[in-house]
Amino acid sequence: MAPIIKTESLVRDFDNLRAVDNLNLDVEERTIFGFLGPNGAGKTTTINILCTLLRPTSGRAFINGYDCVKDAHRVRSSIGIVFQDTTLDKDLTAYENLLFHSYLYGLGREEAKKRIEELLIFMDLYDRKDEPVKRFSGGMKRRLEVARGLMHYPRVLFLDEPTLGLDPQSRAGLWEHILRLPESHNVTVFMTTHYMDEAEVCNRVAIIDHGRIIAEGAPDELKRMVGGDVVYLKAKDNKMARQILKERISAEIEVRDGEIFVHGVKGDVCIPEIIRILGEQVLSVRLQRPTLNDVFLKLTGRQIREGSPEDEFKESIRAYRRRFDRA
Amino acid sequence: MIELRVVYVIVMRELIKFFREKGRLVSTLARPIIWLFFVGMGMSRLVPQDITGTDYMRFLFPGILGMTILFSAIFSSISIIWDKEFGFLKEILVAPVSRFSIVLGKALSGTLLSTIQAMLIMIVSPLIGIYPEIGQIAGCLMVIILLSFSISALGIVIASFYESLESFSMIMNFIVMPMFFLSGAMYPLKKLPVLLKYAATLNPLTYGIDGLRHILIPYGILDFSFYLDISILIVSSAAFLFFSTYIFQRGH
Repeated sequence: MAPIIKTESLVRDFDNLRAVDNLNLDVEERTIFGFLGPNGAGKTTTINILCTLLRPTSGRAFINGYDCVKDAHRVRSSIGIVFQDTTLDKDLTAYENLLFHSYLYGLGREEAKKRIEELLIFMDLYDRKDEPVKRFSGGMKRRLEVARGLMHYPRVLFLDEPTLGLDPQSRAGLWEHILRLPESHNVTVFMTTHYMDEAEVCNRVAIIDHGRIIAEGAPDELKRMVGGDVVYLKAKDNKMARQILKERISAEIEVRDGEIFVHGVKGDVCIPEIIRILGEQVLSVRLQRPTLNDVFLKLTGRQIREGSPEDEFKESIRAYRRRFDRA
Repeated sequence: MIELRVVYVIVMRELIKFFREKGRLVSTLARPIIWLFFVGMGMSRLVPQDITGTDYMRFLFPGILGMTILFSAIFSSISIIWDKEFGFLKEILVAPVSRFSIVLGKALSGTLLSTIQAMLIMIVSPLIGIYPEIGQIAGCLMVIILLSFSISALGIVIASFYESLESFSMIMNFIVMPMFFLSGAMYPLKKLPVLLKYAATLNPLTYGIDGLRHILIPYGILDFSFYLDISILIVSSAAFLFFSTYIFQRGH
């Protein structure tokens, strides 16, 4: 099956800065694709090119088989977008926001009415449909924007940092809805994020840094690159236990801070084996799985959330705006 | 290609917002009223009738209508600057609609709002001794619509050159205020130094205000013929409209 999103050597320069550097992407239909990277890595620039808002300096991008530059009109019909900053009209009601969207995309009156109802129910917003959006919480606004993005039956839904600035409960609520979308609404979800836990639930993840993709794959594949899990255990005699394990398990094993570290193993297989070997010697066992942050750390030597103070300032303003809506 | 549904969405949205925000209506109407009475009454003691051809308050009135339109149309259009970055316009720009429809919708909503406000200001005309007949009101309405459209379209051209909100005071100080002062709103162009007079002839507002004077105070001092006023308003409207569409297409 042809990929629903495809880019070929995509490049975008701003003055002296190369924001997107030779980007090659293939995204399969009806998957959730995560675009993970620190602030300023080129995520939003890539989305803007794919959404036809920005022209690439060179290279090509295709959505649903249409060229994002030459066939921009058809690309626009094929996509729905939830931008980083809300683009809802806060003075209009939820229903009016969706209705205006349906006019823009040329949906018939009857069809629009049905679709609005269906989506508002799906997003748990139906009983608030006639309230002005300015009375909505941050989470509700995001859900409404997702509903709006789906109005015109798009093939791809772009979500640019959809949960930025939301409290943990609203984030979880939004995610519950997003995860169902490929099945329920026959759509491919392309989302950017710098939250690790969000990237973990994507079908595939591309990690981007300085405009370049530095790793791509299913989250589990990527984590295996770091070299497997770490098992921590305490035994009655750590030194002796280490000695015994070293003879039986081929892994790097060390004793530090009163614990034995067994590196680079498959945790779910290794733990029963350790217990079988050591028997009653074992006092406690815990397992540490690598996160995507470990992957990023290994590839770049930096933490993904290491933002400059300026980024954090911007983000806090954004969070504030999203909560109290000064947009 | 004009998509009427797009024009409709943009205009409806602006109208709904305008009438839901009562404060905005009051404050936009307050400015011209304050100018008309405070500046007008002060100046009418200084300016002899033979310079303006009539009582200064009456001379000023068409200028104040022009001012109402200038501010409201420019404001309506330059809201595009932040709409592009943070607002609803972004949602419209990613929709499968022609850029021309977007620009036309935006220009028409500016036109509609400015026309409504200018016609509301018309209500105070009897207070300063102008009693328009129905034909004059209709004539004014026509000039007001044309002028509003021209200035709204010009506002979109201006907005498409700026990216950030900080440019707002720049636009106010270097475009809007000079446009107001060099439009013949407060003094007849004939009395201006040559250089400023030429600058004023490049300003569409000049022709709109002159056109309104032809209708409301035909006995006063006039700068151009009425047909020239109307022609220039129509030509500038079309020019600004197509130019801003061109910039929109190129930029995105």
